[in-house]
Amino acid sequence: MINFDDVTFEYIRRDEEGNVESINKALDGISLDVKKGDFIAILGANGSGKSTLARHINALLTPTEGTVFIEEMNTKEDNNLLKIRQKTGMVFQNPDNQIIAGLVEEDVGFGPENIGIPTKEIWERVAFALEKVGMTAYREKSPNNLSGGQKQRVAIAGILAMKPECIVLDEPTAMLDPKGRREVIETITELNKKEGITIILITHYMTEVVGADKVYVMSGGNVKLSGTPREIFKEVELLKEYKLDVPQVTEIAYRLRQKGFPLSECILTIDEFIDAVTNR
Amino acid sequence: MSLILDKINYYYSKGTAFESKALKNISLTIPDGEFIGLIGHTGSGKSTLIQHMNGLIRADSGSIYYNGQDIYDKDFKMTELRRKVGLVFQYPEHQLFEATVIKDVLFGPTNMGMDKLKAELAAYGALKAVGIGEDLIDASPFELSGGQKRRVAIAGVLAMSPEILILDEPTAGLDPAGRTEILRLLKKIHEDNGITVILVSHSMEDVAEYAERLIVIDDGEIKYDDEPRKVFTHIDELRKTGLEIPECTELVGRLADLGLKVDRSCLTVDEAVASILQSTGY
Amino acid sequence: MLRDLTIGQYYPVESPIHRLDPRTKFLGTIIYVVSLFLFKSFWGFLLTGGFLVMVTVLARIPPKYVIKGMRPMLFLLLFMMIFNLLLTPGEVIGEWWIFSVTKEGIYAALFMGLRLAMLVLGSSLMTYTTTPNKLTAGMESVFGFLKIFKVPVHELAMMISIALRFIPILLEETNKIMKAQQARGADFETGGPIKRAKALIPILIPLFISSFRRAGELAEAMEARCYHGGEGRTKMKPLKYHIGDLVAYIVLAGLVAGCIFIP
Repeated sequence: MINFDDVTFEYIRRDEEGNVESINKALDGISLDVKKGDFIAILGANGSGKSTLARHINALLTPTEGTVFIEEMNTKEDNNLLKIRQKTGMVFQNPDNQIIAGLVEEDVGFGPENIGIPTKEIWERVAFALEKVGMTAYREKSPNNLSGGQKQRVAIAGILAMKPECIVLDEPTAMLDPKGRREVIETITELNKKEGITIILITHYMTEVVGADKVYVMSGGNVKLSGTPREIFKEVELLKEYKLDVPQVTEIAYRLRQKGFPLSECILTIDEFIDAVTNR
Repeated sequence: MSLILDKINYYYSKGTAFESKALKNISLTIPDGEFIGLIGHTGSGKSTLIQHMNGLIRADSGSIYYNGQDIYDKDFKMTELRRKVGLVFQYPEHQLFEATVIKDVLFGPTNMGMDKLKAELAAYGALKAVGIGEDLIDASPFELSGGQKRRVAIAGVLAMSPEILILDEPTAGLDPAGRTEILRLLKKIHEDNGITVILVSHSMEDVAEYAERLIVIDDGEIKYDDEPRKVFTHIDELRKTGLEIPECTELVGRLADLGLKVDRSCLTVDEAVASILQSTGY
Repeated sequence: MLRDLTIGQYYPVESPIHRLDPRTKFLGTIIYVVSLFLFKSFWGFLLTGGFLVMVTVLARIPPKYVIKGMRPMLFLLLFMMIFNLLLTPGEVIGEWWIFSVTKEGIYAALFMGLRLAMLVLGSSLMTYTTTPNKLTAGMESVFGFLKIFKVPVHELAMMISIALRFIPILLEETNKIMKAQQARGADFETGGPIKRAKALIPILIPLFISSFRRAGELAEAMEARCYHGGEGRTKMKPLKYHIGDLVAYIVLAGLVAGCIFIP
């Protein structure tokens, strides 16, 4: 449902007189295809271009060269804008700076209001969305009194109420504590499994990626590696070159294997490790 | 040189309907030259606790002694405590304000009344310690990358030559390489200058690798105060407070449960690998 | 803490006043405020005072909370009272140094104090009982006629409601930046006015930068959620008059009648 065709995006910096000072290629000839219902993870160091990529999916940015299609809709065409943004919602890093209203339910209703949904249906959608993220009990609370994880779940509900087909999350857990991180990841995993919503998760935390269908590793504005988590995390050395990590268990297994320890290639979780050892 | 907290109690919104107890009877001794990890989930009281340590928050009851002096004494000089106990807040780069990097780093030492030469020496030293090269010294702090900004902000506190350096989640929001870079830097500062470092963090992995002592705080109380290896033996209790132990420690624990003769107290990937290899003879 | 500031903050309880349409409350507030300045007699104040007490009780706002909200206004109130007390000419009843207290002065001070206190109490009832969203919806509707003159009413209302949402966040941020700079030895408490003004720079610059960053991120988040101005927008909570509003309008009519018949 998402198709990037040789996309390049340049940030152009100008000095005070308007002359071009420098051109920075944030995306450099990216092509990729995301199938409906996939859970995609995008990894990359700061400045690798992953946030720029995310902003192309819901047409906050459009390519300097190349094209982005969301279900046959070109993001460059203004008529498609609202439809694209309704289909691909976006959750950002800072929980405080994406909540608009002073009450949880009113914030969740903000998106549907913008796309002209009738009042009665807005209420149904808000109730449904809050239920899905487990925040029904807080519907009449002020967002200011919620924890970071709860705020992000409200933000997700705000997207859900627009009935999207895809949710793009740009480092949604970067400012959260472990509990908040778990809440957010569990919520989106369930939305992917039960509602069939395509998820595109951008993160720095390797352990959040383990359950993804496909992982893209970005560096220097380009996709350097792509594959299942298992295929990606066996490239321990390569990932370190891209300023990334692997989960601790994966690294232990990798290093043991190098020493001749008989373990299957690329172990991602503690359970897998234990299985591998007991079945030996 | 030591900091002693004796039976500290503190209430949020004291005297209102929203009053709640933030710190409950906290007693702690922070001697010279330790690398301490302070762990607790959001709202556990850890940020409140560290602000007591340099006098930004005043306890409702209890005392704090710095080198034997009561910091709540009328004659006690609070600026002196603020200099000796440097506190780096979360996202410290949000507090940068000067036109150049060096000017910003000089803010602290100048406020502390250091003379110009001494302040500049301290500022240059601090920038060097955090790995900011001379080429960036006259740059605007707002043009630096996220990681560089954060290091400049840490230098701003380091330049006051503190004896205790407290950092509230210094790695938040950084990528893996940026996180490792900051943590290594802290370790180096700790080793080179012999200053006490208190690292406040959510990440058990980070703390396990670097801290010599681990303080776990939950609901305003100190739950554990011990070597990391010993603290991590309480897996179930830690989970109940919403905390995890490092993945590698959990792995060796599970292997030991299976009957393998591995060391349950492994804290790092290196230790875990070595222990598993040794126990299995590969 | 700055978050304890209660004036103007929504107080979430269920009450007949909370349920009223914001337009009704808007109009009610205007009538009330005008009546405060029309009345000059004891009976007039009794009427508006009674009205104020009735609304406060109906709104189920604890008196303690209301009084706490008054606290920041206390200084202004006292100042105005003393000003009136000492500077109103008339029948002198006491003298001290260059000041003289007149009978008229006492009356003026009392009335002025009462008037101001009732003004603040009454208008803050509006914000206590109305969520920021409803408040701005009410404003948008009441001032909707200005659209003919190309006034961007919807956009202004949206700006106000966002500002209201971010006030507590920015207050907390200010608090945090102050502490961070204090940790670097900044001193906001001592010195002359120039030194104190200078001491604000390390707070104001980071605060500005962070506000701009927040504004940028918020704009992006709103755009990502299909916000494109007021055009084609529906409302989750459209304004609708209920039976309670009818009752309220009858009561307000009574107040207006009082204004006309009581001197």
